[in-house]
Amino acid sequence: MPLLQANKVTHYFGGLCAVSDFNLDLEPHELVGIIGPNGAGKTTVFNLITGVYRATQGSMTFDGTELVGMTPNQITAQGIARTFQNIRLFKDLSVLDNVRVAHYSQVNYTPIEALLQVGRYRAEEERVAHHAMDLLAVFKLDGYSDELSKNLPYGLQRRLEIARALATNPKLLLLDEPAAGMNPGEINQLMEFIQWVRKEFDLTIILIEHQMRLVMGICERLKVLDFGATIAEGLPKDIQNNPKVLEAYLGQEAVG
Amino acid sequence: MTYFLQQALNALQLGSIYALIALGYTMVYGILTMINFAHGDLFMVGAFFCFLAATVLKLPFVPTLLISMAGVALLGVTIERLAYKPLRQAPRVSAIITALGVGIFLENFTLALNPYPQHIPTLIANTTFTLGGVSISSLQIIIVVLSIALMILLDLIVRRTMVGMAMRAISWDKTVVPLMGVPLNLVISMTFAIGTSLGGAAGVMYGLAYPVIDPYMGIIIGWKAFISAVVGGIGNIRGAMIGGFILGAVEIMVAAFFPSTYRDFVAFTLLLILLIFRPYGILGKPRPQKV
Amino acid sequence: MARRWILPVLLAVGFLLSFAIPQFGLLDLYVQLIIMYVGINIILTTSLNLINGYMGEFSVGHAGFMAVGAYVASILTVSVFPSNLAAWLFPVAIVLGGVAAGLVGLVVAFPSFKTRGDYLAIVTLAFLMIVKSVIENIDAVGGPRGFLGMEKLTTLPWVFFWTVLSVWVIRNLVYSNFGRGVFSIREDEIASDLMSVNTQQVKVIAFVTSSFFAGVAGGLFAHVLQFINPRVFDIIKSTDILIMVYLGGIGSLAGSILGGTIYTVLLEVLRPLGVWRMVLMPLVLVLLMIYRPRGIMGLREFRWFVPVRDLLASQLWRQAKQKEVGDASSAS
Repeated sequence: MPLLQANKVTHYFGGLCAVSDFNLDLEPHELVGIIGPNGAGKTTVFNLITGVYRATQGSMTFDGTELVGMTPNQITAQGIARTFQNIRLFKDLSVLDNVRVAHYSQVNYTPIEALLQVGRYRAEEERVAHHAMDLLAVFKLDGYSDELSKNLPYGLQRRLEIARALATNPKLLLLDEPAAGMNPGEINQLMEFIQWVRKEFDLTIILIEHQMRLVMGICERLKVLDFGATIAEGLPKDIQNNPKVLEAYLGQEAVG
Repeated sequence: MTYFLQQALNALQLGSIYALIALGYTMVYGILTMINFAHGDLFMVGAFFCFLAATVLKLPFVPTLLISMAGVALLGVTIERLAYKPLRQAPRVSAIITALGVGIFLENFTLALNPYPQHIPTLIANTTFTLGGVSISSLQIIIVVLSIALMILLDLIVRRTMVGMAMRAISWDKTVVPLMGVPLNLVISMTFAIGTSLGGAAGVMYGLAYPVIDPYMGIIIGWKAFISAVVGGIGNIRGAMIGGFILGAVEIMVAAFFPSTYRDFVAFTLLLILLIFRPYGILGKPRPQKV
Repeated sequence: MARRWILPVLLAVGFLLSFAIPQFGLLDLYVQLIIMYVGINIILTTSLNLINGYMGEFSVGHAGFMAVGAYVASILTVSVFPSNLAAWLFPVAIVLGGVAAGLVGLVVAFPSFKTRGDYLAIVTLAFLMIVKSVIENIDAVGGPRGFLGMEKLTTLPWVFFWTVLSVWVIRNLVYSNFGRGVFSIREDEIASDLMSVNTQQVKVIAFVTSSFFAGVAGGLFAHVLQFINPRVFDIIKSTDILIMVYLGGIGSLAGSILGGTIYTVLLEVLRPLGVWRMVLMPLVLVLLMIYRPRGIMGLREFRWFVPVRDLLASQLWRQAKQKEVGDASSAS
C-alpha cells in the first residue's frame, strides 16, 4: 500500500492556480524528487501535504488517513516532517531547544503536572533531553547544543533543520532545496548524507531541488512541475532528455 | 427620523476627527510598521497650541490652525529623530514602549506647565441652521468639510507625488529602497510631519467643538483612533478614513439609543465582532508570509 | 551548583521576615505597604511577561483580568463568606478570583489563534473595555461608584507567598514542554506548528495561566486598597504593567522581578517631585529602550531560576554516555 497518496490535488490562491491536478503514489522507502523552474508550485505542494494550506480540491491520504483538513501539527504528528527553502530555525533558541521543541506531541505529561513539577514530568523531561542529545550526536551537532541556533554557520544550520525534523519521529521526510547555497564538494557529501539518513531512520523522502547533480544522483524517480501542472514524470535518465522539461527550464528557443 | 439625522450629523463630526487622527497612526505604521502611541498626545498638544495661539497670540482661526499644525509637525519630527530613529532596528515592541513613554511625557509635561483645564475661545462664528427639523451648526460643517479636504489632500500627496510614491515604496521594503536613491530619513520625517500635523488639525477642531481641553484628553481618544485605524486595516489610508467614520458612527449611535453606561460595552463588542469576521480590518490585507 | 541551596534558604528567611516585620513593627507601615505593592506588581509583571515576553504577543488587556480577580475575590469576602471566617477563607477567595480571571483568559485565547500582533492588541483592548463596561453596569457591585467594604486581609506573608508561588509556577511552565512551545510560537509560529507543536493548546495554557495570576494579583490588590472601582483597571493600568515588563526585560523571570520592583519603588521615591515625577520617569524609560531595547534582562535569565537539569542538560547527557561506555567496558 502506498505510504502517501495524492489524488487530483489542485490549489488556487484567489484566482491564481498554483497547483493543478497533482497526483502521487509514494511507496515506503522511495526517494522521489520534484523539480521544475522557480514558481512552478513545488513548495506549494509541500505546503499542501503538510497542511499549511488546505487544498482547494482533491485529496491526500497518508497511511490511509485523509490529510486534507488536518492542522499542520496533527499532520506532523502523523509522521510527516519537513525542512524549509529558507531556513526556519528558532533563532533565539539553543540548538538543543530547537530539537526539543519538535518533541512536543510525543511528550506525555499534562500542563498541571508541568506547573507543579509532579508526576511524569521529571522522567519525561529527561527522556526528551536524552533523545534530543542522542539525535544531535548522530548529526555531530552535540558540541553546539547550548549555542544559539542563529550563531551556527550556514551548513550546520541546514543540518540542524534536518535533525529537528527527525525529532518528530517521521516516516516521511520532505526536504525543500537542501542543497541551496552549496558547492559541488558539499553536494557530494549531502548526497551520501541523504542516502544514509534514509537508511538509518527508515524514511521515505521527497526532495525539491534545483541542483541537477543531486537530483540525478540520488532520486529514484522524478516529477516535473511547471506553472503548477505536472509536465513529466519518470526515471531521471528519461526526464533528462524530455523535450517538455528542457523547454520549461531553458525556454522554447533553446529547444526548438 | 430627525433624531436619527441629527445623530448622524454628530457621528459625521466625531468621525471626521477620529479619521484625521487615525490617518496619522496609519501613515506611520505603513512606513515604519510601528504604532506611534504618542500620537493621541500629539493631538492633545495640537489643541493646546491652538489655545496658545488663540489666547496669547490672539490669532484668528486660519493662522491658528496653520500654526498648530506646523507646531505639532515640528514636534513630531523631533520626536521621531530623537526617540524612534535609534530604534528602527530594534524589536518592534521596544519602539511601542518608547512611544508610550513619549506619550506619558507629553501628557505630564503639559500638565506640569499647565495644571488646569483650559477653555478655547470661539474662533469661528457659530451660526445654526435648521434643515428639515435638523439643526446644523456652521462649526460642524466646517469641521467635516475641512477634515474631508485634508484627507483628499493627503490621498493626492500619497498617490500623485514623488514623495508619496517614496512613502509607499518604503512601506514595502526599507532596506532596498534607499539603495535606489530614495532619501530614507527625509521621507520618514515627512511622513511623520504630515501624519502628526493631521493629528494637530484634529486637535484644533476638537478644541473648537468641545472647548474645554485638558492634558489627558489624548489618551482615550488616541486609543480610539488607533482602533479606527486597525478596523479600517492598519497601514491603509483609505481604511483609516473609513475606520474613523465607522467608530464615530458606532459611538454616537450607540449613545443615542442605549443608556450611556452601555455605550462603551456595545461599541467595543461590535468592534470585536467586526474583527472576528474580518481579522485584518475592512481594507487590510495580511502581509503574505512565504513558507 | 552546590550553592543553589541558598535560594530556598533565602525564601524561608524571607517568609519568616514577612511575619516578623508587621508583628514587631520592624519597618514603617508605609514601607510595608510599598513592599506589598512590589509583590503584587511582580505577580502582574511575571504573568504578563508570559504572553508578551515569552510568547511574543502584544496583549494590552491585563488590567481586565486583574479587575475580574479583584471583584470576584472582594464579592466573596464581603458578601458571600461569613464575616468571621473571611480571614480564614481569604486564600479561597483569591484562588476563586484567579479562576474567574482564568476563565476570561480562556475566552481571550480563542481570537489569538487567528490574529496576531496589532490586531490581537485590539482584541485584548476590546476585552479590557468590555470588562470595565460590564462592571460599570452591574449595580450590585457598585457600578461606576466602586465597591468597598473589604477588610485589609492582604498581609505581608500572603503577598510573599503568592509572589513566590506565581514566579515558581510560571518558571515551571516556562521550562517545560509547554514553555518550549511558547517560545517556538514567538520565534516562528508556522514552523512551530509544523514541528508538531499544538499551538492552540499552548496559547490556551499560556493565556489561562497568565490571567489566573493577574486575577490573584487583583484579589490581593483589592484587599490592601480596600476600595476598587472600574477606573482603576483601565488602559493606564495596563500600560503600567506593560512598562514594567519591558523595563525589566522580556522573556525573563528575573527581569519581571526587577521591572516590578524598580518601577514601583522608583515611582514612590520620586513622589516628592510631584507631577514632574511622571515627566522624568518616561524619559528614563525612553533612554532605557534606546540603549537596551529588550529591557534590563532581555531574554536572559538568572542562573538559579533555570532548573539544573535544563542548565546542564548536555553535560548530564555526556556523563550518562561516559557511564554507559564505562559499564560496557567493565562488563566485557
